[in-house]
Amino acid sequence: MDFILQPWPWYVAGPLIALVLFLMFYFGKKFGVSTTLETFCTLSGANKLSNYFKNDLKTQKWRLFFAAGIFLGGVIAANFLTPNQSVNLNPDTVLEMASLGFADGGKTFLPKEIFSLEALLSVKGFLILIGAGFLIGFGSRYAGGCTSGHSITGLSSLQIPSLIATIGFFVGGLIMTWFLIPLIF
Amino acid sequence: MKNIKLLILGILFGIVLSKAEIISWYRIYEMFKFQSFHMYGIIGSAVVISFFLMQLFKKGIIKDEAGNKIKIEEKEKDFKRTFFGGTIFGLGWALSGACAAPLFALLGYSFLPAFIVLIGAILGAFVFGLVSKKLLN
Repeated sequence: MDFILQPWPWYVAGPLIALVLFLMFYFGKKFGVSTTLETFCTLSGANKLSNYFKNDLKTQKWRLFFAAGIFLGGVIAANFLTPNQSVNLNPDTVLEMASLGFADGGKTFLPKEIFSLEALLSVKGFLILIGAGFLIGFGSRYAGGCTSGHSITGLSSLQIPSLIATIGFFVGGLIMTWFLIPLIF
Repeated sequence: MKNIKLLILGILFGIVLSKAEIISWYRIYEMFKFQSFHMYGIIGSAVVISFFLMQLFKKGIIKDEAGNKIKIEEKEKDFKRTFFGGTIFGLGWALSGACAAPLFALLGYSFLPAFIVLIGAILGAFVFGLVSKKLLN
């Protein structure tokens, strides 16, 4: 049982993600998560403001179940399967984090400099959280998919638009990590 | 009943995202700094295995549970859209350390801050929906 409690290596996680994709298609659905954000908009009444959100909720209901499952999976993993939250980072990464002011690089999943109540309650911290979320939601819908829809489903079915989107994900990610994060923190 | 299967599949996915540390902000930072193979190994092996699955779907060797041929939706060939949208998404991915699915799993680890990111993501999808006609012509 011990291996379940240890962090899972890439060669376990990658095939399991492919299994999730397989079962998703087997169940007659598709592997894509960012569309769920639109479903939340429709649920919140956005369909009254824009035709864009006029979806038949009945055909989208499965997305809410899948998202609820991911949340429950997180709760189960957090409470029962992760006795030690330290992340075995590259020592160079830890040093770089320290020079940016991140005190405990890799001691927990999430840096307290971003994901703590204290950070959330500061103006800057709140803007970082809500702003990062906004970029994820806006960008993934503009691109027509996120990591699951483009980088996994799209790339594995050899679709050029998904390759372009994945290149875009990296262009944005590299700009943020190499240039903007040192400015923000 | 049909939806219960998707709930269980979601639980499996959420556990994988958590246990492989895909939801860890640091893992995403490390990936964009090219300081670890971990994330590349995960995405790469998932893509390679899925490639073979896609072939089996396309040839009709594997059908869905209702016995229908599995069709893979063609993504829209609008390169401006996928590139600029992708870049915006990438900025958010690297800043929050989470893409769409990990956001839901993160609620189990750091409820309130992750909830704010999720609210931001829903707002972002909402604003995109409002301006989509202008952006996409």
